[in-house]
Amino acid sequence: MKYVLLFTGPSDDSWQTMSPEELGSIMGAIGEWWGQHAATGAITGGERLAPALSSTTFKTSDGSSIETIDGPFIEAKEEVSGFAIVEVADLDAALAIAKTWPALRKPGEGVEVRPVFEM
Amino acid sequence: MTGHDRSRDERAGDDRIGSVVRDEAARIVASLTRWCGDLDVAEESVADAVERAVIEWRRDGLPARPGAWLHTVARRRALDRLRRLRRFEERLPLLADEPSNPMAGSSPDEPLALLFACCHPALGRDAQLSLTLRAVIGLTTDQIARAFLSNESTITRRISRAKQKIVSAAIPLVVPSPDRLAERLDEVLAVIYLAFNEGYLATAGPVGHDRDLAEDALWLAEKVAARFPREPEATGLHALLTLLHARLGARWDDDRIVLLRDQDRTKWDHDAIARGIVLVEHAATMRRPGRYQLQAAIAAVHGEALTMETSDWPQIVVLYDLLRRYDDSPVVRLNRAVALSHVAGAQVALDDVDVLADRLRAYHLFHAVRGYLLRDLGRIDEACQAEATAMELTRNGAEQAVLRTRLEGTDVTSAE
Repeated sequence: MKYVLLFTGPSDDSWQTMSPEELGSIMGAIGEWWGQHAATGAITGGERLAPALSSTTFKTSDGSSIETIDGPFIEAKEEVSGFAIVEVADLDAALAIAKTWPALRKPGEGVEVRPVFEM
Repeated sequence: MTGHDRSRDERAGDDRIGSVVRDEAARIVASLTRWCGDLDVAEESVADAVERAVIEWRRDGLPARPGAWLHTVARRRALDRLRRLRRFEERLPLLADEPSNPMAGSSPDEPLALLFACCHPALGRDAQLSLTLRAVIGLTTDQIARAFLSNESTITRRISRAKQKIVSAAIPLVVPSPDRLAERLDEVLAVIYLAFNEGYLATAGPVGHDRDLAEDALWLAEKVAARFPREPEATGLHALLTLLHARLGARWDDDRIVLLRDQDRTKWDHDAIARGIVLVEHAATMRRPGRYQLQAAIAAVHGEALTMETSDWPQIVVLYDLLRRYDDSPVVRLNRAVALSHVAGAQVALDDVDVLADRLRAYHLFHAVRGYLLRDLGRIDEACQAEATAMELTRNGAEQAVLRTRLEGTDVTSAE
């Protein structure tokens, strides 16, 4: 089964205002986490995303006219900050990986485990 | 009168049908899921078969082999469904492998694997509960809706969403590996306990009790305890439900709840209480206490006493203190206060209860307990006020009746 882990967190400057030691520790743990799961073949892809304020969104309400939005699809206090594609046997295996996402040490962070639609 | 008797007969017949269904449902859902590879199709088909069984068996009586009857009907329905879904062609090679005996090759753990999937932590508690009642115990959507005072379409949506998630998110139908068992078993036990409580004291409805659901939950607790003999909390829950169920005969006077202190203890099932006590003691030998074992121990102390007054209240207070290590919820503290009132008096207990006001203001039993303690202290006006609030807050007709009786008895009490 293929899943996408969507990493979410507050749309604020909490990463920037963190102490360098703390930031370094979490970033180091993220690198290790990623490397470990990529090595077992569980993580097959993924990216860290730039802040959502740099997004450009096209949206239509009637299906014909297209509106351009300077920003993300939904303005919210939280945004998707990255994603990983995970291929494992079942949801339990995906949840076990997601639960150890190192950013979960920081207040307000989250991870959504979303199955990929199977044709 | 005749109508009343007939409905009682019907009820007895429905009880028999219910227990056959619950013996077979999970096994058939699990075996059909393995056969056609689709939990949704399997579960819907078994639900259809159950609905038809209820109608036909009520009319004609039980067939010789009700399990085989259900399986045959459910499998036919599953084929219809797969055809409609146009998945028949692609699954045809698979289905051709169908064993002549549909139960052959199935593992005895399959129904339990289904139970663990239904109680998967990725599902919300309501979804876990509804799906377990339907897929594992074989209740109809209508029965579930009545138990939760919900409407059928809400329950149908909830169940169908849960099944979709199991299929599309690939929630595995397996008994969890030993390293994950403890956490997953917790979920299963919580769902069974909730199901029992819904049956034991339905939170809503003109009549509180639905004896079937409590019995179904007890049945399931027994199965789980038997499968995990080295898990003391599983045995603890089995013990707890056995002990609570043993009091059921004294708990109802027509449609009124009889409180523990007013129950005719000769109506208790003393054999069941003895069995429950053996179970608690057996669980305790594993030296890993937990919330269900401690609640069972409390129920056992009540069960051993011939009267309210001769209950070992100091022991009960100690057990509540231990329970708070595992479950320090305000409800546990409220129950502890009731026990404490028998040891240290109503005023000490009331002081403990009043501390909980902020957190339990919306809980009817908080006000009912306050009313009971205030009455003990002779503060009748305040007691009436608390009991009236409790009555407003409870959705359960039977509980309202208890409170109303107390309120109506006020004149007599204050005249004394």
